[in-house]
Amino acid sequence: MKEHRELRIQVPVLARVEGEGALDLHIRAGVLEDLALRIFEPPRLFERFLVGREHTEIPDIVARICGICPVAYQMSAVHAIEGAFGAGPSSWVRAMRRVLYCGEWIESHALHIHLLAAPDFLGADSVVGLAQTHPAEVRRGLRLQELGNDLIRLLGGRAVHPVGVRPGGFYRAPRPAEVTALLDRLRAALPEADALVAWTASLDLPERHQDFVSVALRHPDEYPMNEGRLVSDDGLDIDIAEYPAHFRERHEKRSTALHSAYWREGISDGTAGRPYLVGPLARMNLNQNQLPPEVIALLEGTSVSFPSSNPFHGIVARALEIRYALGEATRLLDDYRVPDSPAVPVTPRAATGFGCSEAPRGILWHRYEFDADGRVLMATIVPPTSQNQARIEEDLRLSLAAFGLDRAEDELRRHAETVIRNYDPCISCATHFLRLRIHGK
Amino acid sequence: MKPAIAVHKFASCDGCQLAFLAAGEDLLRLAEVADIVHFAEAGPVDPDAKVEIAFVEGSVSTPEDAERIQRVRACSRFLVTLGACATSGGLQALRNGADAEAWVASVYASPAYIQSLATSTPIKAHVKVDVELWGCPVNTSQVITTLRSLLAGVTPEPEREAVCMECKRHGHVCVMVTQDLPCMGPVTRTGCGAVCPGMGRDCYACYGPAEGINTDSLTRRLREAGLSSQQVVNRFRHINSGAPAFAHAAQRAAGEGDGERGS
Repeated sequence: MKEHRELRIQVPVLARVEGEGALDLHIRAGVLEDLALRIFEPPRLFERFLVGREHTEIPDIVARICGICPVAYQMSAVHAIEGAFGAGPSSWVRAMRRVLYCGEWIESHALHIHLLAAPDFLGADSVVGLAQTHPAEVRRGLRLQELGNDLIRLLGGRAVHPVGVRPGGFYRAPRPAEVTALLDRLRAALPEADALVAWTASLDLPERHQDFVSVALRHPDEYPMNEGRLVSDDGLDIDIAEYPAHFRERHEKRSTALHSAYWREGISDGTAGRPYLVGPLARMNLNQNQLPPEVIALLEGTSVSFPSSNPFHGIVARALEIRYALGEATRLLDDYRVPDSPAVPVTPRAATGFGCSEAPRGILWHRYEFDADGRVLMATIVPPTSQNQARIEEDLRLSLAAFGLDRAEDELRRHAETVIRNYDPCISCATHFLRLRIHGK
Repeated sequence: MKPAIAVHKFASCDGCQLAFLAAGEDLLRLAEVADIVHFAEAGPVDPDAKVEIAFVEGSVSTPEDAERIQRVRACSRFLVTLGACATSGGLQALRNGADAEAWVASVYASPAYIQSLATSTPIKAHVKVDVELWGCPVNTSQVITTLRSLLAGVTPEPEREAVCMECKRHGHVCVMVTQDLPCMGPVTRTGCGAVCPGMGRDCYACYGPAEGINTDSLTRRLREAGLSSQQVVNRFRHINSGAPAFAHAAQRAAGEGDGERGS
């Protein structure tokens, strides 16, 4: 009987994602006929606001694209600016940018794990409900989130839209006493993060094995954050400036986010390209050899290992990155000294610059053209979520089929939402509107 | 019964919602004193539930949202705007007065798919607002203080004075006097903790205009510091370009309003 049922389910707002959008599912006679993740971004047109602005204003403006990952926008921007003007950050600036980025990874990942994703796997509807059944785990998560925010405050003055970053470095160097106070808390949090990794690996995550391409930065000496080459697990290895030759944005009717597809000459069919994954799981799949042994060892005795073809292992990758970021920030701050200057001079010239850094949700690519006075002539920004969008749709198709299209409507809806949330779509980056609709014909 | 509250999102970056979502233990305590009935990012979804207080993040920039804000107002006893987008139109209000259609075409390959209003407007351009919380972003203490006041039946007292006053209280060295930086502190509403001068840099007015300000005087000072008229305009046309005091100042700095002495 179920083979012939007709469904029409409409959920006006998908909960526990950053922003809002829609999903259309067409299921007829037990077959998923059509599926589209709709993202309705009230267009905020940031790339246009930047035109005519001075390079010094860029970090403050692009931060406003996303309240959850403003540091990522600032980092991709300052690297693009410095690349264009031929300025290189000092070793102190480089280290402190990494500390700042660690803070953002910690707060963003902790928010996603505890407030957005974990309720799906533990039968809760929100973190408030989860705090009833898992009070110790929730409080541990909120403490880690706060510690990440405090790391951002150390260098940025405040956690959301921090004000410390400038082209060339920072406006101010933290005082040693501020660093010492934070170091004590970072060290104390390491065992909490160890426990977090074990906890996420013990969650009842769906077993899925999918064939997808992971794309991330790779750096010869470290787990990637600010710099590196763009690599994939099918052999891509390019300078970030070559991004447009391999990744194409197209504009779909169903969305106000631009979709990205990955395309390789001689490998890809035609010109349509294929979906690809960016974010913690892609980073982990491509860079786990850069993690310290004590971080990788946390997976021993669990059922999770990397590289992984199970998209749901993304939550474990997030927990591992929290643990890594705590250790990395500790290492970088351990021999902290106040520099002669918190920034290097940056002298404008007419040039084009590229920036690509690893936002919590994956690679965030910027390109700017400047005039001789350092004013923006043109800006292009590709956020992680638009890159992941085609992969999310592909995963939905595969996951719903594996889950069983004959399931009850509520189950199908809940599973589809779980699949989407697993990617931590930063709909803030596009200020989208996600609305789930399942059509039956 | 606990009073019901809602958090609604319009065009925004989600950063002001973090005043709740990054509040840590305070978020759990809030859930003990209030019933959070609609807050999509946190989980609960019931946009049409009757509430005591609706917090609104974001500006109105689509025809759908212009209708939705009417429904939010109809369901709420108090409506509180959460941050610059909701209070002044936010950074995206920079589209106002520009050729929005051409802008959409320059960002999107198929602009016909984009449905958007030509303007990004604050909530008060559409419905009555009871309390305005300025800031890009607002902070947890602003939000919780407002919420507690309203639940206690007290009208919250907004910050009115300029960042300069807060700088003095913190003992920050004035970056305008000592470094000749184009600080917007003299015209900007406090509430941020004077975070930028505290970092040794110029305030860029993310908390919007203070009350009783003299923007002409600041414009003269910025010009003396070497800024071009376009650079002065950009100082006012930034995060809160839709705030009337800043819009007016930008117009005058651009030389467009030279003949008239505005209020």
